[in-house]
Formats: sequence, C-alpha cells, structure tokens
Amino acid sequence: MSMIIAPANYMLFGFFPTVIFSFFLPVIGVGLFTYIMARRIAPLVRANPDYRFNNIPERIKNIIVVWLGQIRQPRYMRAGILHIIIFAGFLILSIRSTSLVVIGVFDGFVLPGFDGSLGTVYNFIKDYAATAVLVACIVAAYRRAIIKPARYAVPEKYGHDHTAEAVFVLGIICTLMISESMFEAAAVAYNHRALGEAHFPAFFSLAWVFSKSLKFASLEFLQSLHIIMYYVHDVTFFFFLCFLPLGKHFHVITSIFNVFFMRVKKGNVKPVKYGVSDEELDNLESFGVKKLEDFTWKHMLDFYSCADCGRCSDQCPANAAGRPLSPRFITIKARDLMFKNYPIKSGVIYKSDKLLVEDIYTEDEIWSCTTCGACEQECPLGIEYIDKMVDIRRGMVEEGMVPQSLQKPLKALEKRGNPYGKMEKKRADWVKEKTFAETHTVKDLGKDSADTLYFVDSITSYDDNIQEIARRTSIILEKAGVDFGILGKGEKDSGNEVVRFGEEMLYQELKAQNTEAILESGVKQIVTADPHALNALKKDYTGLPPVKHISEIVAEKIESGELTMRPCKNRDKVYVYHDPCYLGRHNSIYESPRQALDAIAGLTRVELEKSRDRSFCCGGGGLMLFYEPEEETRMGVLRVNMAAEAGANVIVTACPFCLVNIQDAIKVAGKEGEMEALDFTQLIEEHLA
Amino acid sequence: MEILVCVKRVPDTAENEFELNSDGNDLDRDDLVYSVNEWDNYAVEEAIQIVDNLGGSITVVTVGDDEAEEVLRREMAMGANNGVLLSDDAFEGSDGRGLAAILKAEVEKGKYDLILTGAQADEGAGQVGGMLAAMLDYPYASLVNKIEPADGKIKVGREIEGGNQEMNEIELPCVLSIQTGINEPRYVGIRGIRKVASVEIPVKGAGDLGVDAGSVGEAGAKIKRVDYFVPDLGDGAEMLEGSTDEIIEKLIEKLKAKGGL
Amino acid sequence: MTQIFAYVPFKNGVAEDVAQEFPDAAKKIDAGASVTAVVTGSGADLDKVANELTQTYSEVIKIDDTALAYPNAEIVRKALANIIPADAIVLVPHNTFGMDLAPGLSINLDSAYAADVIDFEGMDGGALKLIRQELGGAVSTHVTCDASAGAVITIRPGAFAPTDGGASGSVVDKSGDVGDLSAKRTFLEVVEAEVGDVDITKSDVLVSIGRGIEDEDNIEVAQELADAMGAVVSCSRPIVDAKWLEKSRQVGTSGQTVKPKVYMAMGISGSFQHMGGIKGNPFIVAVNKNPKAPIFQVADVGIVEDILDFMPELQEAIEEL
Repeated sequence: MSMIIAPANYMLFGFFPTVIFSFFLPVIGVGLFTYIMARRIAPLVRANPDYRFNNIPERIKNIIVVWLGQIRQPRYMRAGILHIIIFAGFLILSIRSTSLVVIGVFDGFVLPGFDGSLGTVYNFIKDYAATAVLVACIVAAYRRAIIKPARYAVPEKYGHDHTAEAVFVLGIICTLMISESMFEAAAVAYNHRALGEAHFPAFFSLAWVFSKSLKFASLEFLQSLHIIMYYVHDVTFFFFLCFLPLGKHFHVITSIFNVFFMRVKKGNVKPVKYGVSDEELDNLESFGVKKLEDFTWKHMLDFYSCADCGRCSDQCPANAAGRPLSPRFITIKARDLMFKNYPIKSGVIYKSDKLLVEDIYTEDEIWSCTTCGACEQECPLGIEYIDKMVDIRRGMVEEGMVPQSLQKPLKALEKRGNPYGKMEKKRADWVKEKTFAETHTVKDLGKDSADTLYFVDSITSYDDNIQEIARRTSIILEKAGVDFGILGKGEKDSGNEVVRFGEEMLYQELKAQNTEAILESGVKQIVTADPHALNALKKDYTGLPPVKHISEIVAEKIESGELTMRPCKNRDKVYVYHDPCYLGRHNSIYESPRQALDAIAGLTRVELEKSRDRSFCCGGGGLMLFYEPEEETRMGVLRVNMAAEAGANVIVTACPFCLVNIQDAIKVAGKEGEMEALDFTQLIEEHLA
Repeated sequence: MEILVCVKRVPDTAENEFELNSDGNDLDRDDLVYSVNEWDNYAVEEAIQIVDNLGGSITVVTVGDDEAEEVLRREMAMGANNGVLLSDDAFEGSDGRGLAAILKAEVEKGKYDLILTGAQADEGAGQVGGMLAAMLDYPYASLVNKIEPADGKIKVGREIEGGNQEMNEIELPCVLSIQTGINEPRYVGIRGIRKVASVEIPVKGAGDLGVDAGSVGEAGAKIKRVDYFVPDLGDGAEMLEGSTDEIIEKLIEKLKAKGGL
Repeated sequence: MTQIFAYVPFKNGVAEDVAQEFPDAAKKIDAGASVTAVVTGSGADLDKVANELTQTYSEVIKIDDTALAYPNAEIVRKALANIIPADAIVLVPHNTFGMDLAPGLSINLDSAYAADVIDFEGMDGGALKLIRQELGGAVSTHVTCDASAGAVITIRPGAFAPTDGGASGSVVDKSGDVGDLSAKRTFLEVVEAEVGDVDITKSDVLVSIGRGIEDEDNIEVAQELADAMGAVVSCSRPIVDAKWLEKSRQVGTSGQTVKPKVYMAMGISGSFQHMGGIKGNPFIVAVNKNPKAPIFQVADVGIVEDILDFMPELQEAIEEL
C-alpha cells in the first residue's frame, strides 16, 4: 500500500497531471491580483501628497498595538472578540496557505524553519486556528443575517444593504477552513487506513473531527476528496485574493499600511497642501478638496480600508442627532466613486465633472460635522475624518458655498476678530463687572508684563453669561499664585473653528495677529479655560510658549498643596463630569479635571457611560454655534438625557461651548429644576479655601 | 447681458455703536467698520446668477474715495468682472441727485442692458436708482425680489405690502433696485479678495466723465445734512419693576383690563 | 404761497391711512399752505375715494384712466409729471409704492428729493427743514432741503398726526391733462403671499417674537404662552428670513398689517418697519433684555427680562388663573 497521492503528483483520469493546475492557478491568480492592485493604486499616484513617514517609532508602536494588538476591537466586545479570532486565525494560517500553494507543485514542501519542532508546534496550532475561525465566521454570519445589529444597517438613501456581501465573504472563509481541514483529514484518514499511520490532527480540531468521520470511507473516495479539496482551496484562495480589492475586504490587505500611516499627532489640522508653507498659500491654484483626486493618497487609502463596520457612525453625535452626516458613508461613497472612476475592467479613468459636494455628498452633510473626533477614535483601521471634512470645506469656501448662517460670523471675525461682531475695545469689559472689579484687577499685557498669559478667547470675552468663567478663572489663578495678564483688545479669536470650517486665510490672519501679540508680551506660558483655544494654540499654532488648560493648573496646584479645596457645599447633589471633545479626545486631558473635583470632600461624582475618549459631543463650539443644522434632536439634549440616566443632577463641564449647549439643552429638554450645568471654574472657585 | 451694479461702502450696522463725535456734528467714526451695503451685495449676486445663465459681464461701480475701492474688490472677488471707481473732490457732499448724475455719466460711457442698485443704503432713502432711471429715461422697478430674464423684456417681481409680490414686465435697458432675500449671496473669503488684490480698477474724475461740477458735489446739492443727533427719547413705556413674580402679577392685571386674557 | 400736493394711494376703494396724515405734515412745512390731494385710478373705486377725501382736503384732483387701473408707478409718474406744477411740494407715503414713484418723479419735476421724513421744522425762505433717520434708525439727522424749485418728499406713515377731517372740498377731474400714459413697464399680476396655517390679522391678541427668541426650538415656548392666552404667534422679519416661521406670520411693512387689542412684543427691538405693521393703537407689552431697545419708546408697558425665562413664568401664572 502506498501513501495518498498528493496533488503535485496526481493524474486526473489517469493521464492529466493536476500539477499543471497547481502551477497555473497561482500564476493566473497572482497575475490577476497584480493587475487589480495596479488599477487600485492608480488613483493614489494621482492624489495629493501626504507626509506619513515621520515619527517612525510611534508608527511602529501603532502597528504593534492597533494592528497586531487589535486594541480598538474590544470597544465593541462581541464583534471585537469575533474579529480578533478571525484576524489572529488569518495571521496564523497565512503560513499554511502559502505552503499549500507551493505544495501543489512541490509535494512535501516545507517553509524554511518549519521543519522540526517549530513545524510540529505550528501544525498543532494551525488546526485550532482554523477551527476557531470557522466557529467565529458562523457566529458572525448569524449576527449579520439574523441578529442584524443596528450599526450595519444601510439607510435607504445610501443604497442597497451590505449584508449579502458580508455573509458571502464569511462563506468564502468558511470554505477555506473546511477545504483545508478536509484536505488534511482525507490524507490522514487515507494514510491511517492504508499504512496504519497514527498521526492525527490536533485533538478536537476541525481537521480532527473530519478525519474521525472519514474513518470508514473508501481509499478511492479519500483520494478523490483529497485532490478535490486541494483545488477547492486553491481556487477559493485565489478567488478570495482577487476579490479582496473589490469591496470592504480590501482592508485585509491595506490594514497594516493604513495603521502604519495613521495619525500620530492628535488635535491638529492638516495643512492646505503638504509641502506648501503658509507663506506660499497665495500661490496655490485651488484650495481644498473639490474632486476625488484632491484627496491625499492616505485619505484614498482610508477609503479603501473601510471595513464597513459602522462603529464610526455609531459613535458620531451628529448621526445620533439625526443630522444628514454618517461618517461611514462619507467613506463608502468615496470608495465607490473611486471604484467607479477607476474601473478594473477597462483601464479607463473617468473624471467627474461635478464637485464632490454636488455629486456624492451634500453641503449639509459636510457642515454637520462638529470635528469632535469620536469617529477617528473608534476606527480600528485608523481611518481619519476630520482632515477630510476640513479639506472639503476649504473647497466649498473657495467656491463661495457657505451657508448664510455662517457668513455673518465669518464676516464679523474678519472685521472685528470675534464672531459676534462686537467692538475690539470691549473684549476686556468682563473685568469691569462691579463686584469683581471691587476686589480684583487683571493685568493688561499691553501695558504691564507677566509670566503667564490668560488667553480668554471670544465667547468668554463677549457672551454675558459666559464672562463669569473669565472672572472665576482669574480668581483661581490669583489664589494659585500665578502671575498673569490678558491681551485685552489685542487678542483675536483663536480661530480653532475658523480653520476647521475651511476659511484658511482668515485663520492665518488671526493666527498671525495672535502670535505677534503673544510673543510681544514676553510671557513664558499660556493658560486658558477654553479647550478650543487650548487646541488651536497648542496644536495648530507654532512657536508659542507652552499652553495649559486651567484644570491642569488646578490639579497641579492641589497636588503641590498651593491650592486647597473646601468640603462640598452641596452634598445632596450628584455631579457628573462631561469630557469636552477638545480637552479630552483631542488633547488627552481626562484626569486633571476629575482629580480637582475629587479633591472636594463629600462631592458625589458619577461617571457617564460615554466618558473620556468615548465622550459624546455637546453640539460643537465656535462657528458651530451659529450653524443651523437639519437635525431631529439636539446633541445637547441627548447628552443631558445621558446625564439624567446616570443619576446626576449637575453636569460639570470645562468648556464654555459645552456650557452654552448643555444649558440650552436643559431648557429644550424641559429639565429645568431637575438638571443644572456648571462650569469647572465655577465649581472650583466656589470651593477654594 | 452687460450689467452694471452700483455699490456703496457703508458702516456696518450690526454691532457698530453709533455715537456722536466730540464736535457733535458727525458720528464718531474711529471704531466703525465698513463693508459693502448689504442690498448691493444681493444685487451683485443676482447679476452673477443672471450672467451664469445668459452670459455677459458685470461691472461694479461706486462713487467715493480711495477707501471705497475695497468694496469694488470684494464684489470682484465674488464674481464681478470689472470695477470702476468714480472719485473726485468735486463729488464730495453730493446728494442723491448728484450721485445719480455722476452715475449717469458713467452709464453713458458703456452699453449696459441692465443696471442694478440696492433698494436702499445707510441713509435709508432708496433714491439713486429711481433718479438714475428717470435721468436716463429708462424704465424702473424698485424692491425687486425676483428676476426672470427673457429676450428684450424681463419679468420682475416687486415686494409689496402684506408679503405679496407684484409681477411686472419691463423693457431693457432698465434700472432695478434689489431687495434683500432675492437670493443667497455666495461667500467671499479673504483668499478670494487677495486673488483680486492686484487687478486694475480705473479711477475716473469729473473731467473723465464730462460731468458739470456745478451739478454735483456740495455745490449742486439740494439736500444737506446739518447734523446727527440721538433723539430725546420721551416718555415711552411704563417700565414694570420688582421681582419677576411681582411683574407678572401687575402685567396680568393690566392684560385683564385691556382684554388680553 | 407754497403749493403742496399729496398723492393718496388706495386699495379696494379705501384710501390708505396716510391720507389723514398729510395735512399735519403740510402744516408743519408751511402752516399757511394749501394742500391738494391727488388720486389716480379708474372707475367706481376711484370716485368713491375721491369723494371721501373731500372731507379732508379742500381740493382733490382725480385722474381717471384705464391705464391707471392698477397703480403702476411708472405710469403714475408720467401722469403726475404732466399735472403737478414744477415748483410745488409733492408728498408721497414712504412705502413700497412711494419708493417706486417718488425718486423718478423728482427728476421729472426737476425738484429736490427727501425720503422717509419723520418731521418738518418749517421753511426758511426756500429752505425746508426736516428730520429723518439713518443707519436703520440708529441715529437721526437734521436736514435742509432746498425746495425753492419744488420738492418731492416721502413721509413715513404713522409719523404725522391724523386729522379728523372737517373739510368740504371738491373733486377736480384732470383726466384729460395727463397726456400719453404708455410706459416701458407693464403690470402683470399680484402674486399673493401663501396663506399660512394661521391668519394673524384676525387675532385680538398676538404674541410676537423677534430675535430675542434666539433659536427655532424656542418658538415652542412662545406658542405655549400664546395657547395659554388664547393668542396667536406672530413675528418680526428676521424670524421669517431665517425661515423659522412662514411669511404669513410676519408683522411689518413688508409683512402683514395687524390691528389687535393686545400686542405682546417678545424680544423685538422695535424697528419702525415692524411697528409700521401695527395699527389701531393696541396695548403693547414689550419684553426685552436690552433696556435701551427702541420698542420701549412705543410700548405701553415695558419689562426688562430675557423672554426665554419670562415667557414660561408668565404662562404658568396665566394658567393658574
């Protein structure tokens, strides 16, 4: 009796060597795959530049932690576990798959290093890997087809449902697992029967189950099964390889690259064009993204890499409020346009004659984004959104397509340096409030000098209700022994939203004016109570002294003992801290405000389910306050309801815009009397010893 | 269509606070910001939309000094093809009629099918358009909130009381004054303005236009502003004082008496 | 002696209220001047108006022509240019018709032109002294108008006091003197504003909102107050421009004219265009957080509060009655 005949040696119908298939299938498969990849790369070489080769150590860390470690997957536990299993299985089985292809031509081929004990261990592990992947795929298919989690649903306006494609691919993966296991099991059963070999696959693995069930099959049957299963696997494998770039499973190939190239710095906005300095901006023909090829190659890679998991849209506050924005479909629509304009079949390149915002996107969709960053934080593939929205807005601004509601504040910013259009000389009027002015003076850095600049920014300077934040911040700084002053009428809006709404040149002007004023004042550090100002000064401006948020100062001073807090004045209230997007997600300041609040003895504090980097945007700040979105409910109202559900009756926040939005939302939600909103500075100042 | 749009540089009313200067004869202009008259901006947008549909070109013109040039540039950044500044010491102090005479001279230098002005400007008179039309013997329609271009004759809608719209047919060439809300003007950003920063804007004086200095400027003006003042406010309303509850109590009593409840 | 002519527009056989205000304006221009009303139109409506005006004016000039059946300003201008003596003073209301007619008329008559005048301070020789506003009503100005060769003046409706009548004048038909009334502008039709869900002109009590409402979502608060008062919600122009309410809800010269018993002006600044839509001297309650809002000059009762805080409290108190 002899061993089972391997595909490399088999003769179909007695005369046709199947090794020919083993040879040509890979050749055709790889050839077709290469052609498809070339078509897919075509738009990327026509795209705008993107500088993604900096910070290599950070990028390698991302590969290890985000890509290999799948650290973002468990944020959605069930889907996350399933994916981790399938991902790990793929990695492990990639070695087996490669070997299998070669085995079809050279029977007995073993990858270098895999002969010996490593090989044995590997064979053992791979069997369990295949089993786990199969089970995971079945569960995944069940979830997709039967349970249908909400975030996978495709709203009518975006086209047909994607479930069929998802289940199809899961089916392909199952086929791969089953055919490979069956291929092995047939050989094991044959050789056991024919030669008495007792070499079995890993105990209770899929291959093991198959080999046991094939115990009584005839040798002839097993031989045929072995060959058939080999080619089923081979064909499926190369089909799958060529299918990957055609849809959402392209991420299987692009994910490692997308994660390598993902953002390493948070909070900042990309330049109008990489390689073009601020001074050269006037020479550019066109600003922003108007058509597909205006995106950078990394943004295009993002479009390819989307796994259609819907987590970004699930976390998007605009989406939750019923605004026309769904980040997932920003990506999918762009990806589909790339597929359409660069078709695989003909090799022709189509150019859209319409602007993106007339073609696949709507203007409202693009203006709806508050730049909160929840989408980017969530995406397991490192897909970015904010820079794309900013780029599309830059294009719209250049074409004059700005909603009327935003034109007024933009014009006011141009003329007066603040979106309210109020006079420059009134910017520091908040210091004149009667009770405050009796006991406190604030240095004007135009006349005096100080160590620290308190950058107040526009809303805190001009809004009657919010000016109190400025006064409280001043008192806190005073008591903390910080020598500070303000720029007064020399201060202009920080421009955080101006640049994010696409008005680049106005932002450049504000930045230049502020930078000059700040450097002239000679301060060594900057403090602000406005996270939008914090972000702009720290992440977008350059050449400034270090910038801190007031909560950081407070936490530091509490720890050093320079500030002590009195016990809580309202012990019966339940406080909850809402993480502002620009303090938390974009600047990673989560603990300082909490430490400060917890230093108040007897203060009952609960946490919102969506806190820290999962915090839910209040509705947006800066220019977003003026925009009139189409929405079903206000983001602030959703947030207030979350706080009520968490059992709180006081929402503490550390951002003036959050305060405005949440206070308004409390009224609109009809929760006056049940819920109140407080600024961090208010709470702290009240409790300063 | 060759379109001429007359624009004016005016103080921003929105958040500007108007105070008299120390002499009491003019406003304190130090802290004021100026921009193009809002109605004129709607007119330029309308012109752009007409030209987008029918072809042609747009010229914006203003009567003023050097500083007035900035509004011409802004409208050119928006989409007007040409700008003309009519500037001369002799033009200073012109009343509405004088301005219309100056503009008439400019109109006669070109061949315009349509002349647009804003329905009114900072003085709230809304006069120049109608005067210009009569001087040119062109038909006129004011407070236009809809334009339907056609061959030789156009249909225009005028805003009249009660929110109604008066539809008219008017022959070209004609003068129209444009009401706000006729369209949604496109945004003009700083970048747009910088792009047109070096475009040439010809300046024409009284001599270039052939305008008789006696009919314009202070010399020819029949209307002269003597001073600005903030009116004595008089008695006005009975202001209710006290806590909110007290105020509401008093208010309800009064409402009952007046049949409001 | 100064000849003063007052052009009186009318609708459906009823002269506009400004007809009663011209005599006061004329008196302030020149106490001794005679003022002649001028009406143009066609048919029975014209006759009715002309006859009624004889109770206010000693002379009423009537121009009857089918071309004038609808008041096409271009045609009226032609007619008046042929009828009115060159150095007369012509008064026209400052409304959408006046703005259409008067500037061109002043050129045809080679007269001076002054617009939207709110007061006169008599004549000094040929120099007429008047008061008008600029910058959206933010400032007032004293102006001299050289009326020696005539003047066309539009006056602000409601700025002058109405007379009681007490004249017994006669109608003079000058239809034959107008000459050629062809014009290059033809009236087609009036497109009426869409009738909204509610007719604010029929309500006795109006809760009217302005910019102080701040946000579309807050309109609910006003509606609830209106419900409690048995009133209807109306608004000023900015609310309609922002598309938060339909045009049919707008009170003002470019919106609806209302004659309620009680008018609650909530967060309304009180621009004259808005107040111009309120007739009949209702009881006006103004609530505004800006103590300097012009509305407090024309309201009967003023309250300095944020309407978003005040309205719910008022509503509660009313519901408890």
